[in-house]
Amino acid sequence: MTTLVIAEHDNDSIKPSTLNTITAALACGGGLHVLVAGHQAEGAAKAAASIVGVSKVLHADSIALEHALAENIASQVVAIANNYTHILFPSTAGGKNVSPRVAAKLDVAQISDITKVESPDTFERPIYAGNAIATVQSSDAIKVITVRTTGFDAAAITGGSASIESITATADSGKSKYMGSEIAKNDRPELTAAKIIVSGGRALGSAEKFSEVITPLADKLGAAMGASRAAVDAGYAPNDWQVGQTGKIVAPQLYVACGISGAIQHLAGMKDSKVIVAINKDPEAPIFSVADFGLEADLFQAVPELVSKL
Amino acid sequence: MKVLVPVKRVVDYNVKVRVKSDQTGVDIANVKMSMNPFDEIAVEEAVRLKEKGLVTEVIAVSCGVAQCQETLRTAMAIGADRGILVETTEELQPLAVAKLLKALIDKEQPSLVILGKQAIDDDCNQTGQMLAALADWPQATFASKVELSATSVNVTREVDGGLETLALTLPAIITTDLRLNEPRYVTLPNIMKAKKKQLDNYKPEDLGVNVAPRIKTLKVTEPPKRSAGIKVADVDALVHQLKNVAKVI
Repeated sequence: MTTLVIAEHDNDSIKPSTLNTITAALACGGGLHVLVAGHQAEGAAKAAASIVGVSKVLHADSIALEHALAENIASQVVAIANNYTHILFPSTAGGKNVSPRVAAKLDVAQISDITKVESPDTFERPIYAGNAIATVQSSDAIKVITVRTTGFDAAAITGGSASIESITATADSGKSKYMGSEIAKNDRPELTAAKIIVSGGRALGSAEKFSEVITPLADKLGAAMGASRAAVDAGYAPNDWQVGQTGKIVAPQLYVACGISGAIQHLAGMKDSKVIVAINKDPEAPIFSVADFGLEADLFQAVPELVSKL
Repeated sequence: MKVLVPVKRVVDYNVKVRVKSDQTGVDIANVKMSMNPFDEIAVEEAVRLKEKGLVTEVIAVSCGVAQCQETLRTAMAIGADRGILVETTEELQPLAVAKLLKALIDKEQPSLVILGKQAIDDDCNQTGQMLAALADWPQATFASKVELSATSVNVTREVDGGLETLALTLPAIITTDLRLNEPRYVTLPNIMKAKKKQLDNYKPEDLGVNVAPRIKTLKVTEPPKRSAGIKVADVDALVHQLKNVAKVI
């Protein structure tokens, strides 16, 4: 019984979501291999080899794997799939893109977004925006799984000493082509890996105000910035900041919700945070029902005051 | 060029579901059902492509119980030309739906299938990618912009940290994200018109697909409740709590 984890990486290092996925993989039992598929990703392969619990790193190197196109990554995984009982992806945009493609090629069902491993074939996963938890059992020979990263601790990044094996890279499908990307560059932690998140809602009123009020607090706390769907829909914050059922699922040590009312879809994305602070002037806002510390106040006064007093 | 748009009938997004006391599932008796919001975006996108003259026919498909007809009528009221219902009372999991859709694309030969990225009931986020695998077509998931030409489609996708653009050779699969478009409100005349549109009915057996579930749900339970904490009087009290009580900063 061996589990394969598909690493998310930036060629030089392994992304934090992979570390949570490795912890879930260890809970499945048996050996643990990590696939690093990419182009000139030796650094990432070396980093994967030092993660505690990993017994072998498979490294596939090809220009066809450079941009993690779903067609090519899936065929790379399928090529080695029969050596494994479990294939785990982090439940990130990248993992969710590729994983079902692998499952369907193998004619197995996929178990999405697991938050707990009960036994090697039984898992817990949230459904209906986290309003119910399903315990599901798979009868397939290979379990293809995506792992909700907030459900598992991160594996230790040093201390392991896995071997690295180069494997044959699959050919380009020729059916899809990477044209370019716009990835915002900043020094902030990634939203899904941040220890502290400051989030803003529709009450901010404009993109300018969002930035003017939320940014200083995030800077002060060294936090990532998030937003409610309403704020993103209104154009106050970029799409990839959306926290919620269909956006990012986060569970930081501290989540500060400013001017967010707390729709169930938003709560689904952040209610596993360790400490939740809500700043809202509406005493009836549902966000207060999940907040550890609620401050009923006008955020335009309270947030700058908070910045000055931290 | 034909476009196929699968649509799912789900519990309306405003409904807060309750877990049944016998832990067999959530109670969906007598709750409002609607089209999965991401699928509505998919229908809207297909109809806009038709309105731009890039597409000749939009076919809506739904798999499930007889009432999915209502969901198909909604899709046709938005502007789909006709509907196909694959009717079954069996619990349908994403792999089974992908297989039914694969059988339908073999029949209908569309150049493009646009699906919602995720259904808001099971939150699986699988069907589009699975269909792409079964058909061996390229895929662009989580689309926020679609530019279609006769032989290819450029899709801007929402990825972690920003956006990415792919060019796919047709035929291809696209799954929609929230910001792709804002679906129109359906008007009464269009609802009336939709009632007259063609709706074909199949059974999974007609398509030669075994839809038996692969994953067994052992139980469905309430999530752990998070209890409300305290209200603090002012910013000073909040800072005190965070620094000295919760010790998170």
